[in-house]
Parts: sequence; C-alpha cells; structure tokens
Amino acid sequence: MIHKYKLFDMDIVLDVYSGAVHVVDDCIYDMLDYLFEPFLPEPECPRFIVDELSEKYSESDIRESYAEICELAANGQLFTDDEYEKFALNWNKGSVVKALCLHIAHDCNLRCKYCFAGTGEYHGARGMMSEETGKKAIDFVIKNSGNRKNIEIDYFGGEPLMNFDAVKEITEYAKAEGAKHGKNFRFTVTTNGILLDEDKKKYINENMSNVVLSIDGRKEVNDRMRPTASGKGTYDTILPKFLDMANSRNQDRYYVRGTFTAFNKDFANDVIHLADLGFRQTSVEPVVAPGDAEYALCEDDIPVIFEQYEKLAKEYIKRWKNGNWFNFFHFMIDLDQGPCAIKRLSGCGAGHEYLAVAADGDLYPCHQFVGNKDFLMGNVYEGKVNKDIRGYFEKSNIYTKDKCRSCFAKFYCSGGCNANAFNFNGDINKPYALACEFEKKRVECAIAIEAAKKLSD
Amino acid sequence: MKHVKTLNKANLKETAVHGGCGECQTSCQSACKTSCTVANQKCEHAE
Repeated sequence: MIHKYKLFDMDIVLDVYSGAVHVVDDCIYDMLDYLFEPFLPEPECPRFIVDELSEKYSESDIRESYAEICELAANGQLFTDDEYEKFALNWNKGSVVKALCLHIAHDCNLRCKYCFAGTGEYHGARGMMSEETGKKAIDFVIKNSGNRKNIEIDYFGGEPLMNFDAVKEITEYAKAEGAKHGKNFRFTVTTNGILLDEDKKKYINENMSNVVLSIDGRKEVNDRMRPTASGKGTYDTILPKFLDMANSRNQDRYYVRGTFTAFNKDFANDVIHLADLGFRQTSVEPVVAPGDAEYALCEDDIPVIFEQYEKLAKEYIKRWKNGNWFNFFHFMIDLDQGPCAIKRLSGCGAGHEYLAVAADGDLYPCHQFVGNKDFLMGNVYEGKVNKDIRGYFEKSNIYTKDKCRSCFAKFYCSGGCNANAFNFNGDINKPYALACEFEKKRVECAIAIEAAKKLSD
Repeated sequence: MKHVKTLNKANLKETAVHGGCGECQTSCQSACKTSCTVANQKCEHAE
C-alpha cells in the first residue's frame, strides 16, 4: 500500500508496509496513478503510461521515472507487501503490566468544562488515594511485570497535587522496592498548576521523568474552559508557575498540554501562543466529547482543523529553520528509529500492559474507563485481573480493526484510542472516525515536517 | 536517483522480526491522554 499527497510544495510518497518515505518529482507522482498493486515491473515503461504522461513530461523523463520506481520496488521501498498480519494472527503476547496510571486524587480544584473525569470524581465519590493503596499498586506492578525492567507510574487525577504527600510516599516506596526487585521506575505527574510551589517543584524535578502541565493556550481560551470551582479564570495563576517549571527543567522532559474545542477551532494560535511565551514542549489535542456538547468538534469542522494543522506545521518548520524551534507532541515522528512494528501493531497497551488504578485501588483498562463498572478488572488489594477483559484488549490490534486495513496511518496511531472507540462505537475494535481524520492529517504534517528538515540539510 | 529522494531506511519489516521487547514507554503516559500516538516514541534500543 502506498499513500501519496502534496504538502508544502513537496510530493510525498509513503510506502506503508516498509515505512519508507520518498519525496518525488511530479512525473513520478503522476505516474503512480497508473500503477497498481501487486506491482509487476516490466522491462520498459508500459506504452499506455508513456502516452498518458507525454503531454506533461518528456519521454526520457517518463522512462527514467519508471525505472526508478522499479528500483525502489526491488529494494523493498515501494509497493511492499503486507507481511504483518501473520504476527497479528498468531498473537500471543503474554503481556505483562508495565505501566500504571495512579488516580491519586479523585478530586479537583478546577471545574474544566470538558473533563472526561466529571471534574475529578470519575462519576463516583470524590476521594483521595491512600498511601497504603498506592503502595499496594506498586507491589502489584512489581509482581505482574515479569522480566520487564522499565516501569512507568503516572500520577493522574483529578488533581494530583491535592494529595502530594501520598505522591511522595508512594514514589519513595517504589524507588526502594524497585531497587530490591531490579525495576527502574519512571514517574510522571500531570497537574493543573494551582498548587504548584517551590517544594513540590523541587521534588518533581528530582524524581519525575516527565511532567504534564495543563493549559489550553491563550488566556481567554484557557479561562473559558478551565475555571476554578468559584468560576474564576486560572491563566494568570498558572502561567508564571508553568514557565518557572519548564525553565527549571531546562525546557526538557515536560509538556504544556492543552485541549482545543469548538470554541477555539483556530487552535494553531494557541500552540503558537504557548511557544511565544517560551514553552518549547507543547501538546494540544482535540477535545473528545459527546456530539451534543456545545464545545464538541464535529465532521463539519474537519476542513478548518486541517487548515490549522497545516498552519501550525508551516510555523513549526519556519521556526526550526530560524533556530527558535518548539516541539509539538503530535508532530513528533522518528522515521528511522521509531517504535518497532510489534509495538505499532498493538498500540497503547491499555487493558493489558497499561492499567489505571482508581483512588480506592480498583483496576481499569485505562484512565478513560475508570468508573465504568463493566470494565472493572480487579483491585490492587486482591492482586488479580479479570482475564476476559484483559484478553479482549490484548488481542486487539490493527488487524482486528477492519477500518484500519485500508488506512495508511495505521502504523503511526496503532489503531487509535480504544477508549474513544468504545465510547463512540461500543467496541474497542471500531475506531472513532473523527479522531482518525485528525490523526491522519497530523501524520501527513509530521512526515512533511521531517521531509522539509531533511531536504534543507 | 534523479526523480526520488528517499528520506529513511525503511526497516519496519526487520523490526517485526527483532522487535517486541516491550521495554518502551506506554504511549498514553507522556502527553496524550485522549488519543493514541505511537510513532513519536523512541525505541528503547535506539542509538
């Protein structure tokens, strides 16, 4: 399968099953319209192709182009066969748990209007995770991670800084137990910044490999959706703290992370605003919301969202060339040393490699399922997980998702977010269409950015 | 080649055979909590 598109005056061809990316001239780009898979090279360019293209290109260019296409195909860089299904069909991952999302606080000091956690309490009672429950979660992951060395713990909420003493105690416990059992714990904390102070910053910088700072962009955009419980805006409170935090980490190993909604479809301006403020690590995602929410994005918004991704990509390239770069999480792509094909087949690992632990110790496939009792997988105090639910997630991959078969982006998103698929279509194997459209556009932009960088070297 | 510039090594097939150690980061843990972006991760064995 190939995917070709034009962006930023480049003709780009992606060979989906090898991962090869080519920038081609117009002659090859147009010729690919006449070549089909399985590709059977001929010694000379077929006459009908020469005839079709001869109005636009010289015969020698046409014949040379055909020869180059044949060479790419012979080298396994174009029209490559799909040889991955056999790995997917013989799926027996024997996965181990390697990451936990700890819902350290099912409570929040903000009332963000798009919160999938129902403003913190996950549709249950507000409450804090106890140190004891957190430590049980650490014991659980050590016991269930097999030979896996690297273990990730993400402190999530609600607002984790509302229960920071527990964060510290659990972190220290994990470090000590990890040393005993040969495990390397990596910690991440997500915060809205309201309670961030010098002590917490110091502890986070000394212990957390990543910190996610929630802010949506411009003041009016952020304050509309991210008010306090009393309805006040938060931008002015959090901005200096976030800038200080980002600089104290040398502008590395953090993200400012925002959400865009129907209220700010011009979200490229929010990302650029964050970059202009001095943040170099940015991540802003489309809201995931029920269709009847007034801030929800819908199919009609696709053209304007695409335009915004292109605008952002153009600015990204410009700033990279000027030396004042910023990073946008969803444009990051490593064309040479990215994840292996096995990882790309299976995706995020929710439900088998990655579990969420609710404040009371209940286990769910991921943070987005917390509170949905149909997906309750067990409890860290019992230490066992529901094998049926685990199997359902473990077996899911891009070949169990029919919609992914014909999609060029499947090795970049790995079939998309299972929680979104379930929430919109009732089945983790039926991807959420709107998110697919956005993801495909981001992949196209990300590849074009890499192409622009490499061509300017 | 005159008409094509290839940007990368195209070794995805090779990684299907040799990959799958599972030491890499879980994709949802870093900065996306409502989508799934995998291709931006590094392999733990990347040099």
